[in-house]
Amino acid sequence: MYPTKYHKPSSVADAVALLTGGEDAAILAGGQTLLTTMKQHLAAPSDLVDVRGLGLRGITSAGGAVTIGATTTHAEVAASGKVPAALEGLAAGIGDPQVRNAGTIGGSLANNDPAADYPAAVLAMGATVNTSKREIGADDYFRGLFDTALDDDEIIIAVRFPAAERAGYAKFRHPASRFALVGVFVAKTAGSVRVAVTGAGESGVFRHAGLEAALTADWSADAVDGIEVSAEGLMSDIHGDAEYRANLIKVMAKRAVAAS
Amino acid sequence: MSTGIGARVKRKEDKRFITGRGKFTDDVRVDNQAYAAFVRSPHAHAKVKGIDKSAALAMDGVIDVLDGQQLGADGIGNLICGWAITSKNGSPMNMGAWSALATDKVRFVGNAVAVVIAETAAKARIAAEAVAVDYEELPAVARADKALAKGAPQIHDNAPGNLIFDWELGDKAATDAALKGAAHVTEISLTNNRLSPNAIEPRSAVAIYDQAEDHYTLYTTSQNPHVARLVLSAFYQVAPEHKLRVIAPDVGGGFGSKIYIYPEEIVCLWASMKTNRSVKWTAHRAESFITDSHGRDHITTARMGFDAKNRIVGFDVDTIANFGAYMSLFSSAVPTYLYATLLSGQYDIQNIHCNVRAVYTNTVPVDAYRGAGRPEACFLVERLMETAARELGVSPSELRRTNFIREFPHQTPVIMNYDVGDFEANLDQALKAADVAGFAARRKEAAARGKLRGLGFSSYIEACGIAPSAAVGSLGSGVGLWESAEVRVNPVGTIEILTGSHSHGQSHETTFAQIVAERFDLPIENVSIVHGDTDKVQFGMGTYGSRSGAVGMSAIVKAMDKVEAKVKKIAAHVLEASEDDIVIEGGQVKVAGTDKAMGWHEVGLAAYTAHNLPPDMEPGLKEGAFYDPANFTFPAGTYICEVEVDPETGEVEIVQFTASDDFGTLINPTVVEGQVQGGITQGIGQAILEQVVYDDAGQLITGSYMDYAMPRADDVPSYGVHHTSTVCPNNPLGMKGCGEAGAIGSPPAVINAITDAIGNNDLAMPATPQAVWKAIQAAQ
Amino acid sequence: MTKVSMKVNGKAVSRDVPDETLLSDFLRENLRLTGTHVGCDTAQCGACVVHVDGKALKSCAALAVALEGAEVTTIEGLADGELHPMQKAFNDAHGLQCGFCTPGMIMTSVDIVNRYKAAGKALAEADIRRELEGNICRCTGYQNIVKAVSQAAGEM
Repeated sequence: MYPTKYHKPSSVADAVALLTGGEDAAILAGGQTLLTTMKQHLAAPSDLVDVRGLGLRGITSAGGAVTIGATTTHAEVAASGKVPAALEGLAAGIGDPQVRNAGTIGGSLANNDPAADYPAAVLAMGATVNTSKREIGADDYFRGLFDTALDDDEIIIAVRFPAAERAGYAKFRHPASRFALVGVFVAKTAGSVRVAVTGAGESGVFRHAGLEAALTADWSADAVDGIEVSAEGLMSDIHGDAEYRANLIKVMAKRAVAAS
Repeated sequence: MSTGIGARVKRKEDKRFITGRGKFTDDVRVDNQAYAAFVRSPHAHAKVKGIDKSAALAMDGVIDVLDGQQLGADGIGNLICGWAITSKNGSPMNMGAWSALATDKVRFVGNAVAVVIAETAAKARIAAEAVAVDYEELPAVARADKALAKGAPQIHDNAPGNLIFDWELGDKAATDAALKGAAHVTEISLTNNRLSPNAIEPRSAVAIYDQAEDHYTLYTTSQNPHVARLVLSAFYQVAPEHKLRVIAPDVGGGFGSKIYIYPEEIVCLWASMKTNRSVKWTAHRAESFITDSHGRDHITTARMGFDAKNRIVGFDVDTIANFGAYMSLFSSAVPTYLYATLLSGQYDIQNIHCNVRAVYTNTVPVDAYRGAGRPEACFLVERLMETAARELGVSPSELRRTNFIREFPHQTPVIMNYDVGDFEANLDQALKAADVAGFAARRKEAAARGKLRGLGFSSYIEACGIAPSAAVGSLGSGVGLWESAEVRVNPVGTIEILTGSHSHGQSHETTFAQIVAERFDLPIENVSIVHGDTDKVQFGMGTYGSRSGAVGMSAIVKAMDKVEAKVKKIAAHVLEASEDDIVIEGGQVKVAGTDKAMGWHEVGLAAYTAHNLPPDMEPGLKEGAFYDPANFTFPAGTYICEVEVDPETGEVEIVQFTASDDFGTLINPTVVEGQVQGGITQGIGQAILEQVVYDDAGQLITGSYMDYAMPRADDVPSYGVHHTSTVCPNNPLGMKGCGEAGAIGSPPAVINAITDAIGNNDLAMPATPQAVWKAIQAAQ
Repeated sequence: MTKVSMKVNGKAVSRDVPDETLLSDFLRENLRLTGTHVGCDTAQCGACVVHVDGKALKSCAALAVALEGAEVTTIEGLADGELHPMQKAFNDAHGLQCGFCTPGMIMTSVDIVNRYKAAGKALAEADIRRELEGNICRCTGYQNIVKAVSQAAGEM
């Protein structure tokens, strides 16, 4: 690892100040991606600002909506009993048990890995990302591969998921990394149906209009059968070319609906 | 509870590992410790125009930066391949020079160019990035067939067209004639996928130079420390043997990858002398992927002919073997004498011909990996048998049965002489254990759940107990492949066994002790095994090729014979009886049929006090032996794999895996089962998960566990592991070896099962979900 | 350099280390507790698993300085004298061969059984296999590891 300077502020304001003050400061949460990236010499932040001392951990619910603090770990979400089953299942399927004990929802969303699970949930549920500066709606939050609407000195505080009538997530695991080769989150909230796909898009997580239309008309796995999922704009790598990923989107969409 | 041969003794070596007290090479830290980091080529093929070390040398904590010019100037020799293969036109193999640090040219991504020695590992690594190497990029080639094509980049000047050798075995004319007259010919084209061994302990070296004594010590992750010392001394001229001690302490798995002596170990020793510091290097996993030798990587086409009664009449094979950028230590033996010699499988085939072209590419060097040549042979033969059965419309198990060799010894047309076996016994045991009779009903039930269920067979044979020295010498081996042992009975009667075999998971500290406890009827606690240190153990050839039992233990038996003879002489003398009447049992050395006896420990004491020994007998009780096997051993068996495929995703679930093996005598069935389970998992890994992938420019795509899919606990089921036994006549314990069978026998069983399930025989390894899904689509 | 203090295997320790020091390096190099192993650089192999404040963690993906005041248990501290039931089960079931992944496997397995026991859940073979997802073993094929975890679950 390259030398770095570690900070553990106790207030959001202090954390923001450290981010602004650092030459090339990075936010450290669970560290499951950042530290491994640093270990491989693929990142060299001058300063690490640990946000785990800011009191951003925990889950609250009100009127069917749930708010998950940014530094809540995947294991805590999975075992909380306070979030919709689809979210609980999603959290329980991230990484492995040890990674889930450290990795956080805020870290996952800030990193926005194109194969991460949480972005699918946030986008499909139409969740809101609360930050140190503002509230960002899901449709505005994701900008592309490892890119979000967050400014460099902006810290995720919490994520608010609205109540969902139905929600389901199905993931086909990458055989090596165990990230999503394709993951599809389907959600029916306040009358609108949203379908988000992770692991497949060349620009990261995306909504699928065809699937949304079909499921709006008929919330059933069968409704997905008639939909053509195009391979255009989908990633191709040794574990799945665009055509295969397109197939998986359809299959996972059906399974997500069935699980909802 | 018995602790002798056949007993399920719990491992003696476990305690230090389960309590975190094992001592692996990276756990070693000595005074004056410095750390090495290598400057490696980011290009698959390039000229090295210059190396600017100035920035690195100026960095904090950097002790020195060393390069290949300095290495050469100090007389350190090139890495070599120790097995000479002659092409069919009589010319020797074209071995290109491999300097531990490249001087003129780099030939694969990861090729070491220079080394930084610094005060900490982190500082060394950062400084290595500051060494500026001026490269002139050259076109590269990663695939063996493309490397043979006209106009392909020339990798070594002395290997025109990148061809290392063009070798054949068997009678081409007779095989062609047999195929011409065949009632049916089955053809197949397949690849055997390139694998990365991935012992979980990364390779590591700690080199300690003692200036006062001009002496070197090397702690390293080796399967064969004596061979390492021999090669480092005799070929690489690092230090003469008596000035070099090699210690392989606890080693975290090898699978072949820790047989070889790599550039890193050579450079650490040399750098230790240059800097007068102890130099330590431990690979990080990304480095393992680009430096540990890879395995397999064959492209093969083959034809197998059958007569009207479905008996095999001829078998012709054409293989291209990818050797990577340099010839690794045993690379040339793998696709030749460890591959073509096993192409008869378990079958009576009169005509076999095999042609092998060995090829340089811009990839990591390829060498033996668990099974080494035999998995490639088995995969080819057993895929062909299953394919032929489908074409001929006969049961795959019955086609095998029709062709089984039934009389032993059996001389194949490809060198090997099978000494003993009962292939039908394994097939029948496996058929029963796998409940093949009930498969149709299981398939139907699976179909009702929307799953495709398939069954696949593999009846493998391999050659282990490597190897008779004169035989391998005549075939080109540069070394003899015997093993040595010393049995040291201490004055108080406890026993130390010094063995040239090396345990890195094989359980020698337990199983070797078992044969001693049995022989002298002593508590197993009184026996300890010493290995892995050239200063302690006389000499040895190490552990690979499932040889530690059949060869290593046989050497111990020979040494025990000598100890027993001396013990009996001493006891006969002291007890005033005839040697012939002396028996060893229950911790005593007795005169049979009388109450005259000495304690075992009393004999030991008598030998060392030497107060009352027979005339002319030397004091002491310590005997050594070298054992050179008379033949290879031939473990064989039948594996049956049952899978369910999800037709929507192509995902394969191994729902049942049954093994029936014949390893001859089992010393410790629990240990044997563990070896088989591990081997099968590696074989399943090769079949459905693992593959080293390079892009066309020679960049490694699968450089971490994020892309290289390792088998995990939830990828595999528990297996049914069963045994039959025909005792090997060629070694004193009747053993055949069990370390590689699982990895050899399992891949074709898995692919045969998947292709059976999906109804498309055209499926390459690894059968990833995507590959299986595409094969399903293609069949529709 | 930052001074970090924690309790490791029940003992208070304190060292000055560079901020970028990983917990795995802190344990291995600073405390010379070399039972914790490092087998990959992507937090996947699990050879480095230790318990931090009662939870299984990959020590190669945690900074030592971030764990000020933490309680850490490594393989060396799992049992005092007598073997822990999980250690004994790995020996009984032949759950290890080369022994390199073993410390991480055992620490993970103890955590699995603890969690399932706390939740009052039964631990079937499929559960054990899924829970071992973050630990790679190249030797055993996992079968005897699963057997060991199952045995220890009945004894813990």
